[in-house]
Amino acid sequence: MTAVPDAERSPEGTLSRVAVTDAAAELMRTLSAKHGPLMFHQSGGCCDGSSPMCYLEGEFRVGASDVLLARLAVPGVEEPVTFWMGGEQFERWRHTHLTVDVVPGRGGGFSLEAPEGVRFLIRSRLLTDAEDAVLNR
Amino acid sequence: MPLFAAPGQTDALMSYQSRYDHWIGGEFAAPADGRYFENPTPITGRSFCEVARGTAQDVERALDAAHAAAPAWGKTSPAERAEILNKMADRMAQNLDKLALAESFENGKPIRETLAADIPLAIDHLRYFAGAIRAQEGSLSEIDEDTVAYHFHEPLGVVAQIIPWNFPILMAIWKLAPALAAGNAVVLKPAEQTPASVHYLMSLVGDLLPPGVVNIVNGFGVEAGKPLASSGRVAKVAFTGETTTGRLIMQYASEHLKPVTLELGGKSPNIFFDDVSRQDDDFYDKALEGFAMFALNQGEVCTCPSRALIERGHYSDFLAAAIARTERMVQGNPLDTDTMVGAQASNDQLEKILSYLEIGQTEGAKILTGGERLDLGGELSGGYYVQPTIFEGDNRMRIFQEEIFGPVVAVTRFEDYADAISIANDTLYGLGAAVWTRDGNTAYRAGRAIQAGRVWTNCYHLYPAHAAFGGYKSSGIGRENHKMMLEHYQQTKNLLVSYSAKAMGFF
Repeated sequence: MTAVPDAERSPEGTLSRVAVTDAAAELMRTLSAKHGPLMFHQSGGCCDGSSPMCYLEGEFRVGASDVLLARLAVPGVEEPVTFWMGGEQFERWRHTHLTVDVVPGRGGGFSLEAPEGVRFLIRSRLLTDAEDAVLNR
Repeated sequence: MPLFAAPGQTDALMSYQSRYDHWIGGEFAAPADGRYFENPTPITGRSFCEVARGTAQDVERALDAAHAAAPAWGKTSPAERAEILNKMADRMAQNLDKLALAESFENGKPIRETLAADIPLAIDHLRYFAGAIRAQEGSLSEIDEDTVAYHFHEPLGVVAQIIPWNFPILMAIWKLAPALAAGNAVVLKPAEQTPASVHYLMSLVGDLLPPGVVNIVNGFGVEAGKPLASSGRVAKVAFTGETTTGRLIMQYASEHLKPVTLELGGKSPNIFFDDVSRQDDDFYDKALEGFAMFALNQGEVCTCPSRALIERGHYSDFLAAAIARTERMVQGNPLDTDTMVGAQASNDQLEKILSYLEIGQTEGAKILTGGERLDLGGELSGGYYVQPTIFEGDNRMRIFQEEIFGPVVAVTRFEDYADAISIANDTLYGLGAAVWTRDGNTAYRAGRAIQAGRVWTNCYHLYPAHAAFGGYKSSGIGRENHKMMLEHYQQTKNLLVSYSAKAMGFF
């Protein structure tokens, strides 16, 4: 069993499926100051897909088919940033831990960060046995 | 090995303008708030022009122009519209090399593909819909002796089209041809990754169309695409892209009860039965090329055969030959006609592909060849190049389930026919698939059993007009490339006519 790095625990110390890099957190602060509360929905498929899409909270209407993976507490962002994924897609991702990062880039559906010349990106690793035991029990 | 001079060089076949505004009402229109964004070529990573950064105001202006043009355009005869589409095709054919260069330079794809596929297909597509609209007929139903139902096709009016970056000119024509043939005016938003090549196309064919029939608004999805897709002033939205944006566009369309067509990608299985290797002949060679098709357009194709399923009996030998074939691919400057694999379209695509190479290995998949970013040296060092990569693993792994949109194929073996179909269908998507076998019965049964809109049988990556293309499952709604797409751009008007003088007798 591998220990979970502290950085990937939520502020309450509980395990989370989703972490945020410093650069991504900084971008979320910029975007939330400019636009308001934020949400993510993980996309699949073509072109700009397989990437997290960042919207104003509520812009994308989630439904019964979606799974809430995390409510990200980002320092400097008032509201928690929700991270969603379609349920069928989640079944194929649930054994992995996701880290929201950001890279120079352009475009990406209607995601809020595209005009800033950057793109959110998911980095993944396998859940540790300890995480799996808690998160997928 | 002719190396085409890059646009902007003195001996180049074509050059881009240094700046592109929107194209509205048959002329360039500066963005309302005066902002532009840089447009780099993926070949070197350096910007070659700036492009209008559109907003809702620009979209409204384009919609005004489209609504002004739509009534007269919708009343032109099919013969007039067909003639214009044919003239557009002729103009493109006369400038094929220039268009190929424009698209390769902006997207990073090898010019051998744009010369032989993208642009010729776009030309043929216009001619196909020119013919299809001439041949389209309404219908009549004889309800009874004195009552007839007439069915007329009418244009929708003004439609919105959001174009992807992987085939900037071809995908624009895939959408424009049926919409224009059916008599609609269009507001089109190119991808912000490839905003200029459609303007270059319009510089060649724009004068053939009445002003306002085609309008182009550039900009970012959130700033220009969203006001277009969510507008109550469009009668339909056509989109090619990914699932989350596809759902969002459906949500916007639902607010106005407007139809959408969506093409949303896939994770296409490429199935090789044992009998493929029965002989070392032309067919075997063709099947190996079929395997290698995962690297066409650097894998940036919605139907990329990104899962190769190889039957147990010939697994090792066929895979070894496929690896050898892959390792012979020539990577280099996309403007060199010898180059088979060019640059990924953007830095974020490159980064995404690299992140998948990492998670693939973390999940236990084995890299059989490739697996790294490639530095081609010189001025190409700033470009976005990835080695064609073959993974061996299990269909439950994420590299088998998610669209990487890079030159990456995930290979696994199957036991028998039932196992092949089971693995092939174990995916959220259903856009493309292929079956390779010398047995006609197996080919037919497998093709019918696979849940995908297009099953290539003993071939791959052919996109002729007159063969319907579209997705099952999460891969979208609608069928492009075929005359049935006309109806996605048309209303049906029913005149229900009584030729009887007698009252019905109710009142």
